[in-house]
Amino acid sequence: MPNLTDTTIAVFGGVYNNYLSLEATLAHARQSGASALYCLGDLGGFGPHPDRSIAQLRDQHDIHVMQGNYDHSLGNRLGDCACGYTDPRDNYFAQLSYDYTFANTSEHHKDWLRDLPTGFRHRWAGKEVLMAHGSPRRINEFLWESTTPDGFLEHLLASRNIDALFITHTGIPWMRRLDSGRLVVNVGAIGRPANNGLTTVDYVLVELQGDTLDASLQAIPYDHERLASEMRAEGLPEEFVETVLTGYWTTCTEVLPARERARGKY
Amino acid sequence: MAQHLNFEALLERAAPPKELPAPTLALSHLDTLWLQVTGTLCNLACLHCFISCGPKNHNHEMMTLESVQDALNWARDHGVKEFYFTGGEPFMHPQIKEMILAALEHGPLNILTNGILIDESMAAWLGEVFRTSRYNLDLRVSLDGTTPEENDAIRGRKTYEKIFGGIDRLWAHGVNPVITVTTCHADLAAEDGRRRFYEVVRARGLSQPRLKFLSPFKIGREEHRAGGYEAHERLVEGDLIPGQEDALQCSSCRMVTAKGVYPCPILIEVDEALMGASLDDALVDIKLDHPACYTCHVEGVTCRT
Repeated sequence: MPNLTDTTIAVFGGVYNNYLSLEATLAHARQSGASALYCLGDLGGFGPHPDRSIAQLRDQHDIHVMQGNYDHSLGNRLGDCACGYTDPRDNYFAQLSYDYTFANTSEHHKDWLRDLPTGFRHRWAGKEVLMAHGSPRRINEFLWESTTPDGFLEHLLASRNIDALFITHTGIPWMRRLDSGRLVVNVGAIGRPANNGLTTVDYVLVELQGDTLDASLQAIPYDHERLASEMRAEGLPEEFVETVLTGYWTTCTEVLPARERARGKY
Repeated sequence: MAQHLNFEALLERAAPPKELPAPTLALSHLDTLWLQVTGTLCNLACLHCFISCGPKNHNHEMMTLESVQDALNWARDHGVKEFYFTGGEPFMHPQIKEMILAALEHGPLNILTNGILIDESMAAWLGEVFRTSRYNLDLRVSLDGTTPEENDAIRGRKTYEKIFGGIDRLWAHGVNPVITVTTCHADLAAEDGRRRFYEVVRARGLSQPRLKFLSPFKIGREEHRAGGYEAHERLVEGDLIPGQEDALQCSSCRMVTAKGVYPCPILIEVDEALMGASLDDALVDIKLDHPACYTCHVEGVTCRT
């Protein structure tokens, strides 16, 4: 595999139909000199007008898009998002956004989602890099910061010969350098704020220099008030709108570990 | 929930029953390590307990701190993802604090408790550990009714208020426990029952109720209370849909007790289920030949939080 170095790469995930934050993220990444942009999937859910996000992502020479569980469900015309929630309260709101997204995604975009790749593997700065949606072993596995121990990650990466792993799916970013020197980065989501009281969304810039690979979290402001008014106009739940306006999750909170939940309001 | 059920296989053998072998299940990876830290010793003797725990049940003795540490070190080296402490009642163990800190050095910890022994000082300590530990600490407090009458009929006299006392103290110290309900009262399994539980907990002052509902297992003391399994309530080859085996927790968990290692938390009083003395002995396939396996499969039960 050819080695890529001395450049900047952008990695983001969890677009959730937020085409406004997607615009802001793509602009920020390109202004930051990103020579390639990787999207780790979950284009749909939560926000309005699904086709607008997909239109920004497809057929761009510098953007590589991976299939998340949401994209797999939409592409294969399944009945739910297969997000991996277990509590009925989480599933209730997940189904509302899935039904809206399903009804408002054009057929040719569903076909495009169906045919996306499910992972990327590269050699960056001499390191073996894997990008996956949830985890390398399951598309909808939640890897939260507070419930993902070092020993587990060392095992997960060593068993797949990976030096750096990039994931999304949970919607809350974190990164960790393990004792072995391996790097794990959850890039968070650009479609929904991270339950931290901020209205910004998160993605990651990766700097490759010689044989060094460094990642940094980026908090991106966007016109969240416009998004909120468009969500209301589309009849999306007021609970979703509140999250956009406050930065706190109001739904899908049961899946949160106690630690991540305690940072929020609900 | 029904997506993992192979209806064709279930229908085919609905009548007459066939003599088919039990399915075999491989361990995909040991994600979840259960530790029966207080064995079968408990301060309560609930009528629905699937392992007949109580103040005098020494079938499984308490684990030593050293044996817990050994299991935790093994788990760290083998990439285990999460730990669970259960019993019995974990807070009966005189070294429970040391055990909790040892587990949280290596990964997230869930503790299954009835909450009664969590006094003011323990709640304050748990709150501090919750805020400062590297990994997540979760408490699961068992409560089996929305009224004292409903709960105490299962868990014993005056336990409703005592359990809520523990819940209140945890909440006051910043810990939001998951209240775990075994649905012995059938209406608690339905949506209205769940909503009632939610409202009762919220009315108590916990503004973000976290709830988990579990189906009862018809073994242990519960078998005497409500009857055991019917002959047809067993899994046979063909019941599991290939590729969906991970819906069963035992595809990725093991249970360590003072006696040895078992496939899951449910079967520790089934002598034939003992897999060996050490975790190295327990990385092999298991047979889903116990009727309790039927409950996990058909009800979609997982003991995970």
